[in-house]
Amino acid sequence: MPNVSPQLLLRAAILGVAIVIVQVAAVSQIVLFGTSADLLPLVVAAVGLLCGSLSGATFGFAVGLLVDAALVQTMGLTSLVFIAAGYGAGRLRELRDPQAVVIPMVVGAAATAITTFGYGLMNFMLGIDAPVSFLLLRQILATIVLNALIALPVFAVVRRWLSPALPDDPRRRRRRAYTTGGLSPLSRA
Amino acid sequence: MYDKTVRRRRAVLGLLVVSSLILLTAYFGERSGGALHNVQRGILEVVSPIQEGASRALKPVRDLFGWVGDTVSAKGDLQQTRADRDKWREDAIRNQSAVRDNAQFRGLLNLDKQPKSLQPYAPVTARTIGSSPTLWYVKITIDKGTSSGIHEEMPVIASDGRSDTNTGLIGKVESATGNASVVRLITDSTMAVSARTADGGAAGLVQPSPGNPRDLIMRYVAKDEPIAKGDVVVTAGTVSKRSDLGSVYPPDLPIGRVTRVDEPGAANQLPHLRPFVDLRRVQFVQVLTQKVNGNR
Repeated sequence: MPNVSPQLLLRAAILGVAIVIVQVAAVSQIVLFGTSADLLPLVVAAVGLLCGSLSGATFGFAVGLLVDAALVQTMGLTSLVFIAAGYGAGRLRELRDPQAVVIPMVVGAAATAITTFGYGLMNFMLGIDAPVSFLLLRQILATIVLNALIALPVFAVVRRWLSPALPDDPRRRRRRAYTTGGLSPLSRA
Repeated sequence: MYDKTVRRRRAVLGLLVVSSLILLTAYFGERSGGALHNVQRGILEVVSPIQEGASRALKPVRDLFGWVGDTVSAKGDLQQTRADRDKWREDAIRNQSAVRDNAQFRGLLNLDKQPKSLQPYAPVTARTIGSSPTLWYVKITIDKGTSSGIHEEMPVIASDGRSDTNTGLIGKVESATGNASVVRLITDSTMAVSARTADGGAAGLVQPSPGNPRDLIMRYVAKDEPIAKGDVVVTAGTVSKRSDLGSVYPPDLPIGRVTRVDEPGAANQLPHLRPFVDLRRVQFVQVLTQKVNGNR
């Protein structure tokens, strides 16, 4: 994990614990359109997008472990699917560096899809009887849509929380330099 | 430099995945008293007070969202409720007549008794402080544990608060620490409850319908046992004469109502039930901490 400062580590740890408690104690119990929002894949994906693939995967692993421990679930199951979500979001940033405003929305929806389908698949592989029914598919789709709708504010909150500890983004630095007029080749012309 | 970065990234990713797989394998391999289970209980012990505080603090937020959601769904429910009202009105008229007849018959047979109460089972009331975030919705965490007399395998009942009839069995205690317990709900695929219809006409094993948390199925109902849509299904309690095969659940706890029967009358007839309790709405539960007469 390149450039992971102790401050970033601390902030990510606080974020992870807080989001697991909020999700388990409140958000899971709020039913909207017949389903509940799942903030965890959104936050894991947001950390991946902001900090990179390894940080995203490690954060996903830690959050998954905490969820499994707090809910007395099969240890390692949620970690495994969250690793995929965090790593995937981080690789997208590293390879494509997308700038569109809707990216957190798309990535959030994809992360939710990966985690819900992945969790179901893992359960199935572990011998838990959970064939896909129409209702389950409908609920998964409803969760993905709901998560996509709340992905932008969640991403904004995560970015706001982590940004003081994030290494300065060269792209931001460059943009700031252009706008101040000093280094832009256009301003020199 | 680039190669080094790639190698490092792959190594860390591999390490995380392998760690998860080792945890999974170890967890499946060990018994409920094993090291990983103990670690989980320890974490639950630490997290549950925080979770309880957060649950109380965030209740207004939950209530706000609940109010919005309820308002939206109320419109859809209205039509269904009107249809139910008409049906229940007919049922009520029929039942009033049946009650009169019943009282007469009971008087004739000297069978008048107090209605069955749950007090002998020493119910302990607890608040829900956490819920499983997955769609399968198989567990909840409650704010009472061994210090309140709650232990593993104790039956849990609840009401979702929508009406007096929405009360019934919701699961059993899976794990208990000093001040918190985890309840495995009847929608979990590993759960099975021996049950019968309220009139005693049919018996079977209630299990969750795979992939549908609002649907239960009653397996192993014999071919000649009558069961139909609308029948109420309750726990059967201990039916074996052997004391070591006692049921976890006392008899006559309501579970759900039959919504349809696949292949009725056939050897493999499969009744579907709708649980009386909407598990997503459970705020308070009661844990039955005492067995009475071996749950017979």
